[in-house]
Amino acid sequence: MIATPTPTVALVGNPNTGKTTLFNALAGMNQRVGNYPGVTVETKKGRLKHCDTAIDIIDLPGTYSLAPRSPDEMLTVNLLLGHDTAEPAPDAVITILDASNLERNLYLMTQVIELGRPVVVALNMMDVALSQGLKIDVAKLSQRLGVPIVPIQANKGIGLDPLKAAVLQAILDHQPAAGPTFSEAFEREITRLREVLTSSEPNYLLRRLLLDVGGHTEKTLTKKHGATLANAVASARQRLIASGQVLAGIEARVRYAWIRQAIAGCIERPAVRPVSMSDRLDRILTHRFWGTTIFLSVMFLLFVAIFQIASPAKWVLDLGRAQLAEWIVSALDPGPLRSLLIDGVIKGVGAVVVFLPQIMLLFAIIAFLEDCGYMARAAFLMDRLMARAGLNGKSFIPLLSSIACAVPGIMAARVIENTRDRLATILVAPLMSCSARLPVYSLLTVALLPAEAFGGLIHPLVMFCLYLLGLILAPLIALILKSTLLRGETPVFVMEMPLYKMPSFWTIWRRSWESGWMFLRRAGTFIFATMVLVWAALYFPTRDFEQRIAVFEIEMEGKENDKKKPYEEKINELQAEWKQQSILGQAGKWIEPVVRPLGWDWRIGVAALASFPAREVMVGTMGILFAQGEGDIEEDEYRNDMNSAIRDAHWPGEPDRKLFTIPVALSVMVFFALCCQCVSTLAAIRRETNSWGWPIFTFVYMTVLAYVGAFITYQVGSLF
Amino acid sequence: MGFPHPSNMPTMTLDQVQKNQSARIEGFIGDDVVLQRLMEMGLLEDEVIEVIGFAPLGDPMEIRLRDYCLSLRRSEAARVRVVILP
Repeated sequence: MIATPTPTVALVGNPNTGKTTLFNALAGMNQRVGNYPGVTVETKKGRLKHCDTAIDIIDLPGTYSLAPRSPDEMLTVNLLLGHDTAEPAPDAVITILDASNLERNLYLMTQVIELGRPVVVALNMMDVALSQGLKIDVAKLSQRLGVPIVPIQANKGIGLDPLKAAVLQAILDHQPAAGPTFSEAFEREITRLREVLTSSEPNYLLRRLLLDVGGHTEKTLTKKHGATLANAVASARQRLIASGQVLAGIEARVRYAWIRQAIAGCIERPAVRPVSMSDRLDRILTHRFWGTTIFLSVMFLLFVAIFQIASPAKWVLDLGRAQLAEWIVSALDPGPLRSLLIDGVIKGVGAVVVFLPQIMLLFAIIAFLEDCGYMARAAFLMDRLMARAGLNGKSFIPLLSSIACAVPGIMAARVIENTRDRLATILVAPLMSCSARLPVYSLLTVALLPAEAFGGLIHPLVMFCLYLLGLILAPLIALILKSTLLRGETPVFVMEMPLYKMPSFWTIWRRSWESGWMFLRRAGTFIFATMVLVWAALYFPTRDFEQRIAVFEIEMEGKENDKKKPYEEKINELQAEWKQQSILGQAGKWIEPVVRPLGWDWRIGVAALASFPAREVMVGTMGILFAQGEGDIEEDEYRNDMNSAIRDAHWPGEPDRKLFTIPVALSVMVFFALCCQCVSTLAAIRRETNSWGWPIFTFVYMTVLAYVGAFITYQVGSLF
Repeated sequence: MGFPHPSNMPTMTLDQVQKNQSARIEGFIGDDVVLQRLMEMGLLEDEVIEVIGFAPLGDPMEIRLRDYCLSLRRSEAARVRVVILP
């Protein structure tokens, strides 16, 4: 009898075992992502069919052990136990094992067995095992382990039907297997612990409670059952240590001893391990010279690829945007609807879509690097450097990508398993100088700094310093975060170096497509909503500006090209006045005392406020506020107009006092280098941390940092 | 803490083993989550480990054990007592 109408099966396994490939092969296109509050990992759910029976399948995050150390890892254990979650425990568990690395893979399986669910083993990578000269007697192994074993080749879809049949059979039989047993002394302590509980807990968690010193089970259970349990655990551990046991080793010794005994006689090994292609490749790719050279080349290509794809994508988008806007202008009369469509909706959609090519390309590259096994080598090469910032080798790619754009960079931080390292990486990624800061930098440097200064090198020099600012501050802030907010034991950096293999096209495509879709769905709405809000804040109150501008526009249309200039100027003036009186403009005037110490007037303040959706918006807003209209800064004429407008700008009511002095320009640039005026970044952080707290924290700390940086720049600069 | 350390045995930890050398694990220093993690990954007494090499910046190191390769930081490897095999 099947207990539930649609039985559920969970898929667990070590990383690098082909687990995702198997899940995709089983569930096909039929999958969705499940999110749980308080955790950052995702579990995928899918449905598979076998002989008219449907089975729900849950893909759990890859792990080497079920000893939970974080809420993320606790979720996996709780899902498997059907404990503390809305869903019941799965009816069976598929454990995928790498046949070429059986002993270590079996460690996790012995833990899974202990959870009391029927287990089916999917033995993957038999071909790799064979190529290494390993011969596995599957039938004998199955008998020894007490679980059904189905040899599969996930990447070729071999063995899926027998696997599904075995799963159904296991659910029907409902025969939990027996794994290794702990010593009598240990089990006695478990019995004692059970007596002080206020309510019953699964046996597995009680074992974890005793074994994982400072682990997540200890934290949740002692909170739930109070000090009596905490004391009981402490004295139980004392007794075990007094009897000569090392707590950290109890579990591993029991399990590995059991595994060795179980597989004895089931595996035939060659007397001498053959040197594989993978070994030879590893020699080169981790070599002091060749390894570093190849690494730098790969990173350079990755960087150029995501940096370069941004501009054609933006070009196509701008073209589409201009076409659409033209069409709307011809179809609709001036008014809130037309403005909302052109300046709110189209810009909002554009702001979301513009990230897609970068995100999809970066994830395709990451999937490629992970799938072929190079990612672990890259982390291996970079670990020493990143460790100085309290991070680990896997933080390198997310931070590097952030120099092109923080949004894909933040998403790329998924490759970091350790939660605190991942969070620290996400929080400092927006400090890396991204490409959206370039328009702001170039507008101000070109307008204000004489090109011939410093032997003609002043512009690149300023640019370099601004990039350097991020490169220095990001690791510094990471270090501070890691020793304050994200303090905790130093994460253990033990990382498997998987075998090199041919990456699968489908895995890469799927990862790329999924990350793009995820961004659109989860972050897109947030970005879009903010764009519309900022539009409204700049649009209302309309008074009669819109009508007056329309009148001039109509008049201008009838004139010849050389007579249009005065009308354009009039329109630009009206636009500037309108923005001044808008909600955001008034807010800017209101905050002027706050930005004065930075050397800014209210217009710069408004431009900074209005750039909340994205930093480059600042340039357009400046154009409107300085009565030049919103044009294309790439265009020579508009750029020249903007440059002279900025050079000639003076303080309101003080015609002799220039607004943009060099200290002011530097202060603005430093502010934009350090602030988080980018709603997409915040949306990405919100999505990746599954919380509102972290994006708010990032915004606050970066804004404070930017303010202090700009303040120091202006004040120190004014001394000269 | 942990295992008794006979004073007549030469002290050697895994981080001191040279590239391409093999060593057998004798014991561990301490009792904490780092060791738990190492042991979960299969580093246990009497296991034979081969040092494949060190990263260009000197840390971490790559080792082979139980049919697979693992990278770990030297500070972690320093917790593993070993004897060099000829």
